[in-house]
Amino acid sequence: MTAVAHESDVTYDVQRIREDFPILRTRARGNPLVYLDNAATTQKPRAVIDRLVRYYSEENSNVHRGVHYLSEVATAAYEGARTTVKRFLNARSEKEIVFTRGTTEGINLVAYSWGRKNVQEGDEVVISAIEHHSNIVPWQMLCDQQRATLKIIPVNEAGEVDVDAYAKLLSDRTRLVAVGHASNALGTINPIRRMIAMAHAAGAVVVIDGAQGVPHLPIDVQELDCDFYAFSGHKVYGPTGVGALYGKEQLLEAMPPFMGGGDMILSVSFEKTTYNALPYKFEAGTPNIAGVIGLAAALDYVGSVGLDRIAAHEQDLLHYATDRLLELDGIRIIGTAAHKAAVISFVLEGVHPHDIGTILDQEGIAVRTGHHCAQPLMMRFNVPATGRASFGLYNTREEADALIAGLKKVIEVFR
Amino acid sequence: MSDLRELYQQVILDHNKNPRNYKELPAATAKVEGYNPLCGDHYTVYLQTEGDTIRDVAFTGSGCAISKASASVMSSTVKGKTKEEADRLFDTFQKLVTGHGGELDTAELGRLAAFSGVSEFPARVKCATLAWHTLRTALQGGGDKVSTE
Repeated sequence: MTAVAHESDVTYDVQRIREDFPILRTRARGNPLVYLDNAATTQKPRAVIDRLVRYYSEENSNVHRGVHYLSEVATAAYEGARTTVKRFLNARSEKEIVFTRGTTEGINLVAYSWGRKNVQEGDEVVISAIEHHSNIVPWQMLCDQQRATLKIIPVNEAGEVDVDAYAKLLSDRTRLVAVGHASNALGTINPIRRMIAMAHAAGAVVVIDGAQGVPHLPIDVQELDCDFYAFSGHKVYGPTGVGALYGKEQLLEAMPPFMGGGDMILSVSFEKTTYNALPYKFEAGTPNIAGVIGLAAALDYVGSVGLDRIAAHEQDLLHYATDRLLELDGIRIIGTAAHKAAVISFVLEGVHPHDIGTILDQEGIAVRTGHHCAQPLMMRFNVPATGRASFGLYNTREEADALIAGLKKVIEVFR
Repeated sequence: MSDLRELYQQVILDHNKNPRNYKELPAATAKVEGYNPLCGDHYTVYLQTEGDTIRDVAFTGSGCAISKASASVMSSTVKGKTKEEADRLFDTFQKLVTGHGGELDTAELGRLAAFSGVSEFPARVKCATLAWHTLRTALQGGGDKVSTE
Protein backbone atom coordinates (compact mmCIF):
# COMPACT_ATOMS: atom_id res chain seq x y z
CA MET A 1 0.00 0.00 0.00
CA THR A 2 1.12 3.53 -0.73
CA ALA A 3 0.25 4.48 2.83
CA VAL A 4 2.98 2.28 4.22
CA ALA A 5 5.47 3.34 1.57
CA HIS A 6 4.99 7.07 2.23
CA GLU A 7 4.93 6.81 6.03
CA SER A 8 8.12 4.78 6.13
CA ASP A 9 10.07 7.51 4.34
CA VAL A 10 12.43 9.18 6.74
CA THR A 11 12.51 12.42 4.78
CA TYR A 12 9.64 14.12 3.00
CA ASP A 13 10.27 13.24 -0.64
CA VAL A 14 8.55 16.17 -2.32
CA GLN A 15 9.81 15.22 -5.78
CA ARG A 16 8.09 11.86 -5.48
CA ILE A 17 4.92 13.54 -4.31
CA ARG A 18 5.06 15.91 -7.29
CA GLU A 19 5.06 12.91 -9.60
CA ASP A 20 1.63 12.03 -8.21
CA PHE A 21 0.22 15.27 -9.70
CA PRO A 22 0.10 15.18 -13.52
CA ILE A 23 -0.72 18.89 -13.89
CA LEU A 24 2.55 19.92 -12.26
CA ARG A 25 4.31 18.95 -15.50
CA THR A 26 2.41 21.75 -17.28
CA ARG A 27 4.38 24.63 -18.75
CA ALA A 28 2.73 28.02 -18.31
CA ARG A 29 3.67 30.76 -20.78
CA GLY A 30 6.82 28.85 -21.69
CA ASN A 31 7.97 28.35 -18.10
CA PRO A 32 7.55 25.45 -15.68
CA LEU A 33 4.29 25.98 -13.77
CA VAL A 34 4.84 27.29 -10.25
CA TYR A 35 1.46 26.82 -8.64
CA LEU A 36 1.13 28.96 -5.52
CA ASP A 37 -2.65 29.43 -5.50
CA ASN A 38 -3.55 26.47 -3.31
CA ALA A 39 -5.81 28.47 -1.03
CA ALA A 40 -8.04 29.07 -4.07
CA THR A 41 -8.01 25.44 -5.14
CA THR A 42 -5.52 22.58 -5.03
CA GLN A 43 -4.34 20.32 -7.84
CA LYS A 44 -5.48 16.70 -7.97
CA PRO A 45 -3.29 13.62 -7.53
CA ARG A 46 -3.47 10.76 -10.03
CA ALA A 47 -5.23 8.69 -7.34
CA VAL A 48 -8.22 11.07 -7.38
CA ILE A 49 -8.32 11.44 -11.16
CA ASP A 50 -8.13 7.65 -11.61
CA ARG A 51 -10.84 7.09 -9.01
CA LEU A 52 -13.22 9.41 -10.90
CA VAL A 53 -12.45 7.63 -14.17
CA ARG A 54 -12.99 4.23 -12.56
CA TYR A 55 -16.30 5.33 -11.05
CA TYR A 56 -17.65 6.57 -14.38
CA SER A 57 -16.13 3.64 -16.32
CA GLU A 58 -17.18 0.79 -14.03
CA GLU A 59 -19.52 1.85 -11.22
CA ASN A 60 -21.78 4.69 -12.34
CA SER A 61 -25.32 4.37 -11.04
CA ASN A 62 -27.67 6.20 -8.72
CA VAL A 63 -27.30 5.50 -5.01
CA HIS A 64 -29.81 4.26 -2.41
CA ARG A 65 -32.35 3.41 -5.09
CA GLY A 66 -31.84 0.43 -7.32
CA VAL A 67 -31.77 -3.23 -6.47
CA HIS A 68 -29.44 -3.85 -9.38
CA TYR A 69 -25.74 -4.62 -9.31
CA LEU A 70 -24.34 -1.20 -10.27
CA SER A 71 -26.54 0.60 -7.78
CA GLU A 72 -25.17 -1.63 -5.04
CA VAL A 73 -21.60 -0.94 -6.11
CA ALA A 74 -22.15 2.83 -6.31
CA THR A 75 -23.99 2.91 -2.97
CA ALA A 76 -21.21 0.95 -1.27
CA ALA A 77 -18.58 3.35 -2.66
CA TYR A 78 -20.65 6.39 -1.68
CA GLU A 79 -21.29 5.17 1.87
CA GLY A 80 -17.69 3.99 2.11
CA ALA A 81 -16.67 7.58 1.39
CA ARG A 82 -18.80 8.69 4.34
CA THR A 83 -16.86 6.34 6.59
CA THR A 84 -13.60 7.76 5.21
CA VAL A 85 -14.71 11.31 6.05
CA LYS A 86 -15.92 10.20 9.49
CA ARG A 87 -12.49 8.71 10.25
CA PHE A 88 -10.66 11.70 8.78
CA LEU A 89 -12.49 14.09 11.12
CA ASN A 90 -12.74 11.53 13.94
CA ALA A 91 -16.52 11.94 14.15
CA ARG A 92 -18.45 9.50 16.35
CA SER A 93 -20.71 8.20 13.63
CA GLU A 94 -21.47 8.32 9.90
CA LYS A 95 -24.78 9.94 10.86
CA GLU A 96 -22.80 13.06 11.65
CA ILE A 97 -21.39 13.43 8.12
CA VAL A 98 -23.57 15.23 5.56
CA PHE A 99 -22.27 15.56 2.02
CA THR A 100 -22.63 19.03 0.51
CA ARG A 101 -21.46 21.02 -2.50
CA GLY A 102 -18.74 22.56 -0.38
CA THR A 103 -18.02 24.70 2.67
CA THR A 104 -20.43 27.42 1.56
CA GLU A 105 -23.36 25.01 1.39
CA GLY A 106 -22.40 23.51 4.75
CA ILE A 107 -22.46 26.93 6.42
CA ASN A 108 -25.72 27.86 4.70
CA LEU A 109 -27.27 24.58 5.80
CA VAL A 110 -26.56 25.44 9.44
CA ALA A 111 -27.68 29.05 8.98
CA TYR A 112 -31.02 28.05 7.45
CA SER A 113 -31.82 24.90 9.35
CA TRP A 114 -30.35 25.44 12.81
CA GLY A 115 -30.34 29.23 12.59
CA ARG A 116 -33.96 29.87 11.69
CA LYS A 117 -35.15 27.53 14.40
CA ASN A 118 -32.86 28.69 17.17
CA VAL A 119 -31.95 32.33 16.55
CA GLN A 120 -34.72 34.74 17.50
CA GLU A 121 -35.22 38.49 17.68
CA GLY A 122 -32.69 40.08 20.02
CA ASP A 123 -30.30 37.13 19.87
CA GLU A 124 -26.72 37.54 18.77
CA VAL A 125 -24.45 35.74 16.30
CA VAL A 126 -20.69 36.22 16.64
CA ILE A 127 -18.19 36.01 13.77
CA SER A 128 -14.67 37.42 13.38
CA ALA A 129 -13.29 40.23 11.23
CA ILE A 130 -11.06 37.71 9.46
CA GLU A 131 -13.82 35.64 7.84
CA HIS A 132 -14.29 34.72 4.19
CA HIS A 133 -17.47 36.15 2.67
CA SER A 134 -19.01 32.68 2.86
CA ASN A 135 -18.79 32.85 6.65
CA ILE A 136 -20.16 36.41 6.77
CA VAL A 137 -23.04 36.68 4.32
CA PRO A 138 -25.12 33.64 5.47
CA TRP A 139 -25.05 35.05 9.01
CA GLN A 140 -25.99 38.54 7.84
CA MET A 141 -28.92 37.01 5.97
CA LEU A 142 -29.95 35.01 9.04
CA CYS A 143 -29.70 38.03 11.35
CA ASP A 144 -31.71 40.19 8.91
CA GLN A 145 -34.41 37.54 8.68
CA GLN A 146 -34.62 36.87 12.41
CA ARG A 147 -33.94 40.45 13.56
CA ALA A 148 -30.88 39.24 15.41
CA THR A 149 -27.58 41.12 15.75
CA LEU A 150 -24.27 40.19 14.16
CA LYS A 151 -21.25 40.87 16.37
CA ILE A 152 -17.71 41.02 14.98
CA ILE A 153 -14.60 39.94 16.89
CA PRO A 154 -11.83 42.43 16.01
CA VAL A 155 -8.38 41.36 14.81
CA ASN A 156 -5.06 42.87 15.89
CA GLU A 157 -2.27 44.22 13.66
CA ALA A 158 -0.84 40.73 13.24
CA GLY A 159 -4.16 39.47 11.92
CA GLU A 160 -5.04 37.46 15.02
CA VAL A 161 -8.50 37.49 16.57
CA ASP A 162 -8.62 39.46 19.80
CA VAL A 163 -9.60 36.77 22.28
CA ASP A 164 -10.19 39.25 25.12
CA ALA A 165 -12.59 41.23 22.95
CA TYR A 166 -14.25 37.94 21.99
CA ALA A 167 -14.76 37.09 25.66
CA LYS A 168 -16.53 40.43 26.13
CA LEU A 169 -18.79 39.86 23.12
CA LEU A 170 -20.11 36.57 24.50
CA SER A 171 -23.25 36.81 26.62
CA ASP A 172 -26.45 34.93 27.32
CA ARG A 173 -27.80 36.49 24.11
CA THR A 174 -25.10 34.75 22.02
CA ARG A 175 -26.75 31.84 20.19
CA LEU A 176 -24.02 30.96 17.72
CA VAL A 177 -20.34 31.60 17.02
CA ALA A 178 -18.93 31.05 13.50
CA VAL A 179 -15.19 31.28 12.91
CA GLY A 180 -12.69 29.99 10.38
CA HIS A 181 -10.16 27.37 11.39
CA ALA A 182 -7.53 29.12 9.26
CA SER A 183 -7.82 32.34 7.26
CA ASN A 184 -7.68 32.03 3.48
CA ALA A 185 -6.55 35.64 3.15
CA LEU A 186 -3.84 35.85 5.81
CA GLY A 187 -3.14 32.27 6.88
CA THR A 188 -3.90 32.96 10.56
CA ILE A 189 -4.79 29.79 12.46
CA ASN A 190 -7.42 30.72 14.99
CA PRO A 191 -7.28 29.34 18.55
CA ILE A 192 -10.53 27.51 17.91
CA ARG A 193 -10.31 24.97 20.73
CA ARG A 194 -10.23 27.78 23.26
CA MET A 195 -12.85 29.79 21.36
CA ILE A 196 -15.18 26.79 21.22
CA ALA A 197 -14.88 26.21 24.98
CA MET A 198 -15.59 29.89 25.65
CA ALA A 199 -18.66 29.83 23.40
CA HIS A 200 -19.97 26.68 25.08
CA ALA A 201 -19.51 28.29 28.50
CA ALA A 202 -21.82 31.05 27.24
CA GLY A 203 -24.32 28.49 25.95
CA ALA A 204 -23.67 29.10 22.23
CA VAL A 205 -23.12 26.55 19.48
CA VAL A 206 -20.04 26.82 17.27
CA VAL A 207 -19.65 26.47 13.51
CA ILE A 208 -16.11 26.10 12.19
CA ASP A 209 -15.38 27.08 8.58
CA GLY A 210 -12.76 24.43 7.92
CA ALA A 211 -12.10 25.16 4.25
CA GLN A 212 -8.50 26.13 5.03
CA GLY A 213 -8.16 23.87 8.07
CA VAL A 214 -8.58 20.45 6.52
CA PRO A 215 -5.76 20.79 3.93
CA HIS A 216 -3.19 21.90 6.50
CA LEU A 217 -4.04 20.53 9.95
CA PRO A 218 -5.02 17.20 11.48
CA ILE A 219 -8.66 17.55 12.57
CA ASP A 220 -10.36 15.83 15.50
CA VAL A 221 -13.88 17.15 15.90
CA GLN A 222 -14.40 15.28 19.18
CA GLU A 223 -11.28 16.76 20.70
CA LEU A 224 -12.18 20.24 19.37
CA ASP A 225 -15.76 19.74 20.61
CA CYS A 226 -17.11 21.97 17.81
CA ASP A 227 -20.80 21.60 17.00
CA PHE A 228 -20.41 21.93 13.23
CA TYR A 229 -17.36 21.73 10.96
CA ALA A 230 -17.68 22.44 7.23
CA PHE A 231 -15.06 21.87 4.54
CA SER A 232 -14.61 21.58 0.77
CA GLY A 233 -13.13 18.74 -1.26
CA HIS A 234 -11.30 20.88 -3.79
CA LYS A 235 -9.16 22.63 -1.18
CA VAL A 236 -7.82 19.26 -0.02
CA TYR A 237 -6.76 17.81 -3.40
CA GLY A 238 -10.25 16.48 -4.19
CA PRO A 239 -12.83 17.42 -6.84
CA THR A 240 -14.74 20.72 -6.99
CA GLY A 241 -18.43 20.83 -6.15
CA VAL A 242 -18.27 18.51 -3.18
CA GLY A 243 -17.68 18.89 0.53
CA ALA A 244 -18.89 17.68 3.87
CA LEU A 245 -20.53 19.09 6.96
CA TYR A 246 -19.90 17.49 10.32
CA GLY A 247 -22.61 18.11 12.92
CA LYS A 248 -23.14 16.65 16.37
CA GLU A 249 -25.81 14.00 16.07
CA GLN A 250 -28.21 15.41 18.66
CA LEU A 251 -28.10 18.82 16.96
CA LEU A 252 -28.63 17.44 13.46
CA GLU A 253 -31.42 15.23 14.78
CA ALA A 254 -33.34 18.22 16.12
CA MET A 255 -32.89 20.30 12.98
CA PRO A 256 -35.48 20.56 10.18
CA PRO A 257 -34.37 19.56 6.67
CA PHE A 258 -32.53 22.18 4.60
CA MET A 259 -33.90 21.21 1.20
CA GLY A 260 -36.79 18.99 0.25
CA GLY A 261 -36.72 16.33 -2.43
CA GLY A 262 -35.90 12.74 -3.12
CA ASP A 263 -33.70 10.65 -0.83
CA MET A 264 -34.43 12.83 2.21
CA ILE A 265 -37.84 11.25 2.85
CA LEU A 266 -39.16 7.97 4.24
CA SER A 267 -42.63 8.39 2.85
CA VAL A 268 -44.54 11.08 1.02
CA SER A 269 -48.22 11.67 0.74
CA PHE A 270 -50.01 14.94 0.08
CA GLU A 271 -51.17 14.91 3.70
CA LYS A 272 -47.87 14.13 5.38
CA THR A 273 -44.24 13.50 4.58
CA THR A 274 -41.95 11.63 6.95
CA TYR A 275 -38.31 12.60 6.74
CA ASN A 276 -35.50 10.14 6.39
CA ALA A 277 -33.00 9.42 9.16
CA LEU A 278 -29.61 11.10 9.53
CA PRO A 279 -27.67 11.96 7.50
CA TYR A 280 -30.02 11.44 4.53
CA LYS A 281 -32.48 13.99 5.88
CA PHE A 282 -30.00 16.62 4.67
CA GLU A 283 -29.13 15.08 1.31
CA ALA A 284 -32.08 15.83 -0.94
CA GLY A 285 -31.76 14.85 -4.57
CA THR A 286 -29.14 12.79 -6.35
CA PRO A 287 -25.84 13.80 -4.76
CA ASN A 288 -22.49 14.43 -6.43
CA ILE A 289 -21.69 10.72 -6.24
CA ALA A 290 -18.47 10.81 -8.25
CA GLY A 291 -17.37 13.88 -6.32
CA VAL A 292 -17.99 12.22 -2.97
CA ILE A 293 -16.03 9.14 -4.02
CA GLY A 294 -13.24 11.38 -5.38
CA LEU A 295 -13.20 13.30 -2.10
CA ALA A 296 -12.64 10.06 -0.19
CA ALA A 297 -9.77 9.20 -2.56
CA ALA A 298 -8.25 12.63 -1.84
CA LEU A 299 -8.53 12.15 1.93
CA ASP A 300 -6.97 8.70 1.58
CA TYR A 301 -4.15 10.24 -0.41
CA VAL A 302 -3.56 13.00 2.14
CA GLY A 303 -3.74 10.40 4.90
CA SER A 304 -1.15 8.25 3.15
CA VAL A 305 1.29 11.17 3.01
CA GLY A 306 0.40 12.06 6.60
CA LEU A 307 -1.09 15.37 7.74
CA ASP A 308 1.61 15.87 10.37
CA ARG A 309 4.27 15.49 7.70
CA ILE A 310 2.39 17.77 5.30
CA ALA A 311 2.04 20.39 8.04
CA ALA A 312 5.77 20.20 8.82
CA HIS A 313 6.70 20.51 5.13
CA GLU A 314 4.38 23.47 4.61
CA GLN A 315 5.64 25.20 7.75
CA ASP A 316 9.17 24.89 6.42
CA LEU A 317 8.04 26.49 3.14
CA LEU A 318 6.16 29.21 4.99
CA HIS A 319 9.17 30.24 7.06
CA TYR A 320 11.60 29.94 4.17
CA ALA A 321 9.42 31.99 1.79
CA THR A 322 8.61 34.58 4.48
CA ASP A 323 12.30 35.14 5.24
CA ARG A 324 13.18 35.42 1.57
CA LEU A 325 10.28 37.81 0.84
CA LEU A 326 11.46 40.11 3.61
CA GLU A 327 14.76 40.47 1.74
CA LEU A 328 12.88 42.47 -0.90
CA ASP A 329 12.73 46.23 -0.79
CA GLY A 330 9.31 47.69 -0.05
CA ILE A 331 7.56 44.43 0.80
CA ARG A 332 4.96 44.31 3.55
CA ILE A 333 3.49 41.03 4.70
CA ILE A 334 -0.15 41.37 5.78
CA GLY A 335 -0.85 38.80 8.50
CA THR A 336 2.01 37.97 10.81
CA ALA A 337 0.21 35.75 13.30
CA ALA A 338 2.28 33.44 15.49
CA HIS A 339 0.30 30.47 14.18
CA LYS A 340 -0.17 30.48 10.44
CA ALA A 341 -0.99 28.08 7.66
CA ALA A 342 1.29 28.32 4.61
CA VAL A 343 -0.39 31.43 3.19
CA ILE A 344 1.49 34.68 2.63
CA SER A 345 -0.42 37.84 1.79
CA PHE A 346 1.76 40.73 0.76
CA VAL A 347 1.85 44.18 -0.79
CA LEU A 348 4.77 45.74 -2.62
CA GLU A 349 5.24 49.48 -2.20
CA GLY A 350 4.26 51.41 -5.32
CA VAL A 351 2.97 48.39 -7.23
CA HIS A 352 -0.66 47.33 -7.36
CA PRO A 353 -1.21 43.59 -6.69
CA HIS A 354 -2.92 43.21 -10.06
CA ASP A 355 0.27 44.28 -11.84
CA ILE A 356 2.27 41.87 -9.67
CA GLY A 357 -0.09 39.06 -10.72
CA THR A 358 0.34 39.79 -14.43
CA ILE A 359 4.13 39.94 -14.26
CA LEU A 360 4.42 36.75 -12.17
CA ASP A 361 2.06 35.02 -14.58
CA GLN A 362 4.46 35.76 -17.43
CA GLU A 363 7.03 33.76 -15.45
CA GLY A 364 4.63 30.83 -15.07
CA ILE A 365 3.93 31.64 -11.42
CA ALA A 366 0.31 31.42 -10.30
CA VAL A 367 -0.62 33.58 -7.32
CA ARG A 368 -3.90 35.14 -6.35
CA THR A 369 -4.30 38.90 -6.37
CA GLY A 370 -7.37 40.69 -5.12
CA HIS A 371 -9.43 40.90 -1.96
CA HIS A 372 -9.63 37.10 -1.44
CA CYS A 373 -13.36 37.24 -0.71
CA ALA A 374 -12.53 39.04 2.51
CA GLN A 375 -13.28 42.70 1.81
CA PRO A 376 -13.89 43.69 5.46
CA LEU A 377 -10.44 42.28 6.28
CA MET A 378 -8.80 44.27 3.46
CA MET A 379 -10.46 47.40 4.87
CA ARG A 380 -9.12 46.53 8.32
CA PHE A 381 -5.57 46.60 6.94
CA ASN A 382 -6.31 49.58 4.72
CA VAL A 383 -5.28 47.88 1.47
CA PRO A 384 -7.53 47.50 -1.60
CA ALA A 385 -6.05 44.11 -2.38
CA THR A 386 -3.00 41.95 -1.75
CA GLY A 387 -0.91 39.41 -3.59
CA ARG A 388 -1.17 35.97 -2.03
CA ALA A 389 1.11 32.98 -2.31
CA SER A 390 -0.39 29.85 -0.76
CA PHE A 391 1.55 26.61 -0.55
CA GLY A 392 0.47 22.99 -0.74
CA LEU A 393 2.00 19.61 -0.05
CA TYR A 394 3.76 19.51 -3.46
CA ASN A 395 5.45 22.91 -3.37
CA THR A 396 9.21 23.30 -3.00
CA ARG A 397 11.76 25.80 -1.73
CA GLU A 398 12.84 26.22 -5.37
CA GLU A 399 9.32 27.44 -6.17
CA ALA A 400 9.58 29.95 -3.34
CA ASP A 401 12.86 31.08 -4.94
CA ALA A 402 11.06 31.44 -8.29
CA LEU A 403 8.50 33.67 -6.59
CA ILE A 404 11.25 35.89 -5.20
CA ALA A 405 12.95 36.08 -8.63
CA GLY A 406 9.58 36.98 -10.18
CA LEU A 407 8.99 39.72 -7.62
CA LYS A 408 12.46 41.11 -8.35
CA LYS A 409 11.34 41.42 -11.98
CA VAL A 410 8.24 43.28 -10.80
CA ILE A 411 10.45 45.71 -8.91
CA GLU A 412 12.71 46.06 -11.95
CA VAL A 413 9.76 47.00 -14.18
CA PHE A 414 8.29 49.48 -11.75
CA ARG A 415 11.36 51.24 -10.32
CA MET B 1 10.10 40.10 -20.79
CA SER B 2 9.26 41.47 -24.25
CA ASP B 3 5.48 41.14 -23.82
CA LEU B 4 5.80 42.77 -20.42
CA ARG B 5 7.73 45.72 -21.80
CA GLU B 6 5.02 46.01 -24.44
CA LEU B 7 2.40 46.13 -21.70
CA TYR B 8 4.24 48.33 -19.26
CA GLN B 9 5.54 50.93 -21.71
CA GLN B 10 7.38 53.96 -20.37
CA VAL B 11 4.36 56.21 -20.92
CA ILE B 12 2.26 53.91 -18.75
CA LEU B 13 4.84 53.63 -16.00
CA ASP B 14 5.28 57.41 -16.02
CA HIS B 15 1.56 58.19 -15.88
CA ASN B 16 1.11 55.57 -13.13
CA LYS B 17 3.80 57.17 -11.01
CA ASN B 18 2.83 60.77 -11.77
CA PRO B 19 -0.82 60.76 -12.83
CA ARG B 20 -1.96 63.93 -14.59
CA ASN B 21 -5.15 65.72 -13.56
CA TYR B 22 -5.24 63.62 -10.39
CA LYS B 23 -7.50 65.87 -8.33
CA GLU B 24 -11.09 66.71 -7.57
CA LEU B 25 -12.79 69.24 -9.79
CA PRO B 26 -14.94 71.66 -7.79
CA ALA B 27 -16.46 73.12 -10.97
CA ALA B 28 -17.40 69.68 -12.35
CA THR B 29 -20.70 69.45 -14.20
CA ALA B 30 -20.73 65.65 -13.81
CA LYS B 31 -19.04 63.25 -11.40
CA VAL B 32 -19.18 59.46 -11.87
CA GLU B 33 -17.64 56.58 -9.95
CA GLY B 34 -16.14 53.65 -11.84
CA TYR B 35 -15.57 50.36 -10.07
CA ASN B 36 -14.12 47.01 -11.04
CA PRO B 37 -15.34 44.68 -8.26
CA LEU B 38 -13.09 41.87 -9.48
CA CYS B 39 -9.81 43.60 -8.73
CA GLY B 40 -10.98 46.53 -6.62
CA ASP B 41 -10.00 49.32 -9.05
CA HIS B 42 -12.03 52.34 -8.02
CA TYR B 43 -11.99 55.81 -9.57
CA THR B 44 -14.08 58.95 -9.63
CA VAL B 45 -14.05 60.87 -12.89
CA TYR B 46 -14.89 64.59 -12.80
CA LEU B 47 -16.10 66.25 -15.97
CA GLN B 48 -16.65 69.90 -16.78
CA THR B 49 -18.41 70.62 -20.05
CA GLU B 50 -19.49 73.81 -21.75
CA GLY B 51 -22.04 73.21 -24.43
CA ASP B 52 -20.58 70.39 -26.47
CA THR B 53 -16.99 70.94 -25.42
CA ILE B 54 -15.06 69.20 -22.67
CA ARG B 55 -13.46 72.02 -20.72
CA ASP B 56 -11.78 69.90 -18.04
CA VAL B 57 -11.45 66.32 -16.84
CA ALA B 58 -9.87 65.08 -13.61
CA PHE B 59 -9.93 61.92 -11.57
CA THR B 60 -9.21 60.47 -8.13
CA GLY B 61 -9.07 56.92 -6.83
CA SER B 62 -6.82 53.89 -6.86
CA GLY B 63 -6.10 50.81 -8.89
CA CYS B 64 -3.46 49.03 -10.90
CA ALA B 65 -0.88 50.73 -13.13
CA ILE B 66 -2.86 50.08 -16.31
CA SER B 67 -6.09 51.55 -14.99
CA LYS B 68 -4.44 54.57 -13.39
CA ALA B 69 -2.25 55.39 -16.39
CA SER B 70 -5.25 54.98 -18.68
CA ALA B 71 -7.29 57.44 -16.60
CA SER B 72 -4.38 59.86 -16.62
CA VAL B 73 -3.71 59.72 -20.37
CA MET B 74 -7.44 59.89 -21.05
CA SER B 75 -7.85 63.01 -18.96
CA SER B 76 -5.14 64.90 -20.80
CA THR B 77 -6.22 63.61 -24.22
CA VAL B 78 -9.91 64.53 -24.17
CA LYS B 79 -9.51 67.99 -22.68
CA GLY B 80 -10.70 70.57 -25.22
CA LYS B 81 -12.34 67.96 -27.45
CA THR B 82 -16.04 67.82 -28.26
CA LYS B 83 -18.19 65.10 -26.71
CA GLU B 84 -18.44 63.45 -30.11
CA GLU B 85 -14.68 63.45 -30.60
CA ALA B 86 -14.13 61.96 -27.16
CA ASP B 87 -16.69 59.28 -27.89
CA ARG B 88 -15.00 58.39 -31.17
CA LEU B 89 -11.63 58.30 -29.45
CA PHE B 90 -12.96 55.77 -26.94
CA ASP B 91 -14.19 53.55 -29.77
CA THR B 92 -10.74 53.65 -31.37
CA PHE B 93 -9.05 53.04 -28.02
CA GLN B 94 -11.31 50.06 -27.37
CA LYS B 95 -10.37 48.56 -30.73
CA LEU B 96 -6.71 49.07 -29.88
CA VAL B 97 -6.78 47.33 -26.49
CA THR B 98 -8.98 44.44 -27.61
CA GLY B 99 -6.73 43.75 -30.60
CA HIS B 100 -9.43 44.62 -33.13
CA GLY B 101 -7.42 47.62 -34.24
CA GLY B 102 -6.33 46.56 -37.70
CA GLU B 103 -5.19 49.75 -39.39
CA LEU B 104 -5.72 52.33 -36.70
CA ASP B 105 -4.78 55.97 -37.15
CA THR B 106 -1.89 56.26 -34.69
CA ALA B 107 -1.81 60.02 -35.21
CA GLU B 108 -5.31 60.24 -33.81
CA LEU B 109 -4.35 57.97 -30.91
CA GLY B 110 -1.29 59.93 -29.83
CA ARG B 111 -0.14 58.80 -26.40
CA LEU B 112 -3.04 56.37 -26.23
CA ALA B 113 -0.98 54.15 -28.56
CA ALA B 114 1.09 53.21 -25.50
CA PHE B 115 -1.75 50.87 -24.52
CA SER B 116 -1.37 48.64 -27.60
CA GLY B 117 0.31 45.92 -25.49
CA VAL B 118 -2.89 45.42 -23.48
CA SER B 119 -4.36 43.39 -26.34
CA GLU B 120 -1.96 40.55 -25.47
CA PHE B 121 -3.40 40.47 -21.93
CA PRO B 122 -7.16 39.89 -22.18
CA ALA B 123 -7.56 39.97 -18.40
CA ARG B 124 -6.32 43.56 -18.38
CA VAL B 125 -8.67 45.07 -20.98
CA LYS B 126 -11.12 46.03 -18.23
CA CYS B 127 -8.35 47.87 -16.41
CA ALA B 128 -7.52 49.93 -19.48
CA THR B 129 -11.12 50.84 -20.27
CA LEU B 130 -12.53 51.48 -16.77
CA ALA B 131 -11.91 55.25 -16.78
CA TRP B 132 -13.22 55.52 -20.35
CA HIS B 133 -16.47 53.74 -19.51
CA THR B 134 -16.81 56.06 -16.55
CA LEU B 135 -16.20 59.12 -18.72
CA ARG B 136 -18.74 57.96 -21.29
CA THR B 137 -21.37 57.61 -18.58
CA ALA B 138 -20.52 61.11 -17.37
CA LEU B 139 -20.79 62.47 -20.92
CA GLN B 140 -24.16 60.83 -21.40
CA GLY B 141 -25.32 62.13 -18.04
CA GLY B 142 -26.51 58.65 -17.07
CA GLY B 143 -26.16 57.53 -13.47
CA ASP B 144 -23.36 58.22 -11.05
CA LYS B 145 -21.86 54.73 -10.81
CA VAL B 146 -20.32 52.38 -13.36
CA SER B 147 -19.28 48.81 -12.72
CA THR B 148 -17.35 46.64 -15.13
CA GLU B 149 -19.24 43.53 -14.00
